[in-house]
Amino acid sequence: MLISEQKQLEEILSYLEGDKNIFLIGCKGCAEGWGSGGEKQVAEMENTLQEKGKTVTGSVVVDMLCDSALTKLKLRAYKKEIAAADSILVLTDGAGVQTVAELVDKLVHPGCNTLSSGGAHAEWKEAERCLECGDCMLEFTGGLCPIARCSKHLLNGPCGGSQDGKCEVDPDIPCVWQQIVDRLTKLGKLDKLERLVTPKNWSVSLTSGPPVRRLS
Amino acid sequence: MKTKSNLERVLEAGQFAVTGELGPPQSADSEVIRRKAKILKGSVDAFNVTDGQTAVVRMASWAACLIGKEEGLEPIVQMTCRDRNRIALQMDVLGIAALGINNMLCLTGDHQKFGNHPMAKGVYDLDSIQFVKMVKDMRDERKFQCGEEIAVEPRLFIGAAANPFADPFEFRAARLAKKVAAGADFIQTQIIYNVDKFAEWMKMVRDRGLHERVKILAGVAPIKSVGAAKYMKTRVPGMDVPDSIIDRLQGVPKEEVSGEGIKLCVDIINQVREIEGVAGVHIMAIEWEEAVPEIVEAAGLLPRPKFVP
Repeated sequence: MLISEQKQLEEILSYLEGDKNIFLIGCKGCAEGWGSGGEKQVAEMENTLQEKGKTVTGSVVVDMLCDSALTKLKLRAYKKEIAAADSILVLTDGAGVQTVAELVDKLVHPGCNTLSSGGAHAEWKEAERCLECGDCMLEFTGGLCPIARCSKHLLNGPCGGSQDGKCEVDPDIPCVWQQIVDRLTKLGKLDKLERLVTPKNWSVSLTSGPPVRRLS
Repeated sequence: MKTKSNLERVLEAGQFAVTGELGPPQSADSEVIRRKAKILKGSVDAFNVTDGQTAVVRMASWAACLIGKEEGLEPIVQMTCRDRNRIALQMDVLGIAALGINNMLCLTGDHQKFGNHPMAKGVYDLDSIQFVKMVKDMRDERKFQCGEEIAVEPRLFIGAAANPFADPFEFRAARLAKKVAAGADFIQTQIIYNVDKFAEWMKMVRDRGLHERVKILAGVAPIKSVGAAKYMKTRVPGMDVPDSIIDRLQGVPKEEVSGEGIKLCVDIINQVREIEGVAGVHIMAIEWEEAVPEIVEAAGLLPRPKFVP
């Protein structure tokens, strides 16, 4: 179980700046359970975005968004709506956002911060893609997470040890920054990486202490 | 001038700068540093001291810098994000400036896996670009990373590294642009053996106008043996050693290889000097400091300019 909460609306809207048509995705698994991106929240977000002048081209709530095979199957029915969108807003944890990023050739925006796996590590391997850091950075990294997938957690691009798509630390580790650059190049959005990503807020991560304060 | 740095003066005067490198010992022996500093003195404008290179425990960079400074050299302290969070980094920045060290090279750092304590926890609270920005804001805005004010700011000449040979190659100039935007005053590159690829990267750098906003020092290093060349080619991540380099070293009798390695280094210096936008060289003769005066002289880079502080 990945525990997530929605980001502040202002933050989400800042991600969507310049995008008029949005496709919305939620998850009936963890995000439904934690009220961050289930049926109800997706419907609410659809209304909110329309009030803010956006066009929601469509929305879907997938049973287990982090399950790549299932999500691929589900999204097939929304080809037209996704094609009509400038970008996709995903209301669930970091694992789910990255599943969508890997399946769809559109920019994805994370709508939630992932706080914790609730002690249920290793229930499914997809959760490895999210380090439950509490301050989701996927907006700035092409929808693939360097906090979980870069050996140095770099936020501003690859280090000098990226070679032939592999991380210098182990030839079995793909360099996520190579993947990020490849993905944004394919989308024609490499300029997204030109901005300086500022130091991250670690005070909301589990490294700063037990999560009780957020779960009470 | 932003700082009291001799390196800044040399570069601002439009002189072709020469920096060297000094690896601190895996002990508390200060004599090693004094001996190496004496070798470098007069041949370089400033010398870097590595900060736990390859994640091996060595004497703190700032301490070795201070010992070298006592020998009359200008130090460039290297500092990595691998072992320090933003609190520790800023404390060290203040201390280093207070000690009269004027240059700092801001790095992410070699991963702990490669060192002698692979079980250590890597910190990586900031990356090198965020680190550069933080030092720049401390110096020019007199602000800590949290936004609080600093009464006496650290006046450091800020450096960063660049590796033109790592992947994805197309993104490397963009990454340099981010370091420049973050506030880097000078850049020292990875060791160059593939001059063509370096020239290709420099073209991308010039296309972005970056060579006019930052001083780029090309990294070079003499090779002592054929084995060392092969090791760098196959085992060191982010290094590009063309076969022609290995062939050249193999083409001379064994006792002449190290001399050929020095000549090769001088040749590379002469080639990179011709590339528009290269403001100097950074000679990394780690554990072979004796080679530096010979290289600098053979490259016609002596005497080094002198400025009265």
